[in-house]
Amino acid sequence: MSDQSLADAPDLTVPVPPGPVPSAPVRDQRPEVEVSVDGQSVSVPEGSTLLDACRQCEIDTPTLCYVETLTPVNVCRVCVVELEGSRTLVPACSRKAEPGMVIRTDTERVRLSRRMVLEFLASSTDVSQSPELCSYMESYGADPERYGERDAQAESKTQPAKVDNELYIRDYAKCVLCYKCVEACGEDAQNTFAIAVAGRGFDAHIATEFDVSLPESACVYCGNCIGVCPTGALVFKAEHDLRERGEWDASRQESTDTICPYCGVGCTLSVHTQDNQIVKVTSPLDQEVTSGNLCIKGRFGWQFTTGAPSAPDDVAGDKK
Amino acid sequence: MDLHFTADEPTASEVDAVDAVLGAADSRWHGGQRVDPSEAQTSESGHRTAGQRHLLLPVLHAIHGRIGWISRGALNYACKRLEVPPAEAYGVATFYDMFSLEQAPPVVARVCDDIACQAKGASDLCAGLETVMGPAGNGNASRCGWVRSPCLGQCERAPAVLVTAAGERPWTSVIAPATAQAVEAACSKDSPTDGPQVRESVPQAGQASLQLLHRVGAPSAQSLDEYRADGGLRAWELALELGPEWVIEQVEQSNLVGRGGAAFPTGRKWRAVAQAGGPKYVVCNADESEPGTFKDRVLMEGDPFGVVEAIMIAAFATGSERAYVYVRGEYPDATERMRSAIAELDSAGLLERACPIEIRRGAGAYICGEETALFNSIEGFRGEPRNKPPYPTESGLFGRPTLVNNVETLANVLRILLQGGTAYAAVGTERSSGPKLFCLSGHVAMPGVYEVPFGATVRELIELAGGVGGTGRLQAVLVGGAAGAFLGPDELDAPFTFEGMRAVGATVGSAVVMPFDDSVDLGAVLLRIAEFFRDESCGQCVPCRVGTVRQEELLERLRSGQTIGTLDHERQLLREVSQVMRDASICGLGHTAASAVDSALERFPIFQGATR
Ligand SMILES: Cc1cc2nc3c(=O)[nH]c(=O)nc-3n(C[C@H](O)[C@H](O)[C@H](O)COP(=O)(O)O)c2cc1C
Ligand code: SF4
Ligand code: SF4
Ligand code: SF4
Ligand code: FES
Ligand code: FES
Repeated sequence: MSDQSLADAPDLTVPVPPGPVPSAPVRDQRPEVEVSVDGQSVSVPEGSTLLDACRQCEIDTPTLCYVETLTPVNVCRVCVVELEGSRTLVPACSRKAEPGMVIRTDTERVRLSRRMVLEFLASSTDVSQSPELCSYMESYGADPERYGERDAQAESKTQPAKVDNELYIRDYAKCVLCYKCVEACGEDAQNTFAIAVAGRGFDAHIATEFDVSLPESACVYCGNCIGVCPTGALVFKAEHDLRERGEWDASRQESTDTICPYCGVGCTLSVHTQDNQIVKVTSPLDQEVTSGNLCIKGRFGWQFTTGAPSAPDDVAGDKK
Repeated sequence: MDLHFTADEPTASEVDAVDAVLGAADSRWHGGQRVDPSEAQTSESGHRTAGQRHLLLPVLHAIHGRIGWISRGALNYACKRLEVPPAEAYGVATFYDMFSLEQAPPVVARVCDDIACQAKGASDLCAGLETVMGPAGNGNASRCGWVRSPCLGQCERAPAVLVTAAGERPWTSVIAPATAQAVEAACSKDSPTDGPQVRESVPQAGQASLQLLHRVGAPSAQSLDEYRADGGLRAWELALELGPEWVIEQVEQSNLVGRGGAAFPTGRKWRAVAQAGGPKYVVCNADESEPGTFKDRVLMEGDPFGVVEAIMIAAFATGSERAYVYVRGEYPDATERMRSAIAELDSAGLLERACPIEIRRGAGAYICGEETALFNSIEGFRGEPRNKPPYPTESGLFGRPTLVNNVETLANVLRILLQGGTAYAAVGTERSSGPKLFCLSGHVAMPGVYEVPFGATVRELIELAGGVGGTGRLQAVLVGGAAGAFLGPDELDAPFTFEGMRAVGATVGSAVVMPFDDSVDLGAVLLRIAEFFRDESCGQCVPCRVGTVRQEELLERLRSGQTIGTLDHERQLLREVSQVMRDASICGLGHTAASAVDSALERFPIFQGATR
């Protein structure tokens, strides 16, 4: 529509009803809470976590199971800090700041726990595709080799990837059991509940009911679990295939933001390409419409561009 | 939420078992026949059944009790009826040891191979069972199989076995002390075998001085009339007469401290819940699964009306609208006694001024004794502990303020009301008030539950139980439970009180006193304890999920001498594993998973020079 036609158009505007004129929401007006972090005093809005306080002080705090868009489950414990008066360390990602709290983030105790958590993970899972975790291992001096051959060969680390559909694969040898995919599939985003944690203790793992394949399960291939997985356990089949062939090369990749063409919601897509071929699609976490979540069409509906055999609908079947 | 199911259908008896809990399905939306054509267009969107998730565990029990395992079809049907996503229900079912998700024989003998039973021949029993019944495991028998089990809470009768039989009328038998022949005989029958009497578990039974165990073995455990005739319900009547405020004041003045292991002042909890807004709940924690602990079982079997009376008082004093008793799945007799006591009190109209009381059965998961894991278990979720704060008094069961107390803690409340809080506080020591139950097992002459006022030393308790058994020469005593500590023969004069145990680096825990004679291989005991924690970790947090595995591997290496690098390297590693579990785990299981091992390595030269 050109400007010209706009000016010519009859005035169809609806009269503004009487009443207060809406105004932009005011910035956070929560009362502030003051805490001390490594001797530095800092104010954060009430309801903030100790992680927020650490970040405000620009203290680099490792996190693994935490992400802004999901309810904190505080299970990985890599973010623990020392809280004065507490017998044990506390998870920064979920512990709410209370007035007068005194926390320390760089004590021997904190460093030991973080290092051990990283070592434990690396000794029982394949963390090679989690660059963030690897860099934290380096800065905390984690040495998973200390646990010996047996753990290096452990089944938990060497189990084959589950490749049961054309859209994405589940390589649980890389799973650190951070619960993020379960949350994204369930109450925090997708409400499909196709996957859950099954088993107990060291045998706990992510599973569908009776470990049936994804096509038999409730999965609708929204890919939201892929979007939150921190270790590369859940990846696009396209990425998996490229990696298998040794052709995956992050340095040759570009990401382009666009709007999903399929429906009127208007989700932002970040289309990742390598050599002009789409290799995966994500959505920015801080995007208001999506919070990083998409549906099968936005996530996988580009396969026709590469001439890949399966359209998403064939894989998803005719589920409700 | 749209649910999606695999094509597996339930059998008629599976449907029948589930319907016995939930009633018949009303529509095809819930797995029934679609009779009204209009149903084809409508879908229950979940609001009607959303409130039913808490029935998941009872429904799983019903299926398992009927066919001995949980099939795909049965799980689908349960999920349709309750509108629970099948992946989640699978996650819940696989959390519990007592549930099999693979075809299993209807009769299963659970054979304890935990520490107290090991001291009394569990290894020989298992070897014997291999000969008569074949190798352990579910898969290899059509009618009866046997599996190894952690402590069954029958340690005074070690070695202990629990037989469970599925069918239209499921039954259970406790065989303790057990022989392979007796187990085989019990398994081949199609009705229960009479078990031991609870009176035999209380060597002091009948003594006039008993405050908590005075009814064990008396007829008052049998019927409400007998209970009344024995002075029962007097505390309840006092509470009604003098009101909730008076009750809470007495509990506060008594200085009663929780007997479940965390040693929290009971009065503070009662006050906090009473002041909170409703709806709110009372939970009686009867999950008792700490190895070496059986006092709560003895209270529930020996004085069920007393325990229920205390629950009524707790509900009345806090203004709670419902009470739950969470009994471990391995306690069929205690469950039955409690169930019939509640039913009798209910039909006499006595619960009206208290609140409805429901029994929930665990299904084999030590972690469900942790209060917040217990809430999740009742709610139909995996028994994973929640992060605290918030504490249960603020947000507990169903997210509401909840009073959770151990069975023995509650039993003390009757004494407090009858005697008055201040008089009760004068019993015991200044910091540890009241009478206390102790669980003596392992190498003692007369194992059982003993009651003494707080203040007795470890030595006095062992002597009360007839002295050290076995070879008669004491090597070590485990106090407080598997999450407790080992003491050496030179530390027996420590008073078994909160302060006395703290002074020697131990805890009261669940008041376990388990002596080991000098014939016992302590290294093997430590390994069994490490195995226990590895098995029972819920798996949620990294320090405990992986730490308990690493701890066990380290002990195996130290025991076999096949260390990685030097002994020093291994010792350092063990120290660090222990520290991260204590410091960074979510709950008490991880925090204490290394306590007993640490305490033993500090005191005894166990792995040739591997002491610290
Ligand atoms: C791993 C673990 C297991 C527990 N098991 C039990 C139990 O079986 N029975 C119990 O009363 N408390 C148990 N507790 C302690 C409970 O969390 C809780 O503190 C207790 O029930 C409160 O009751 P009390 O104040 O009367 O002791 C356990 C705690 C942990 C960490
Ligand atoms: S793709 Fe979507 S529906 Fe499927 S498991 Fe992942 S989050 Fe759940
Ligand atoms: S698959 Fe990924 S997101 Fe899911 S629990 Fe494992 S590591 Fe976390
Ligand atoms: S400490 Fe162990 S039992 Fe407790 S939450 Fe963590 S993994 Fe679960
Ligand atoms: S990031 Fe805090 S516990 Fe995982
Ligand atoms: S019943 Fe065997 S150790 Fe307790």
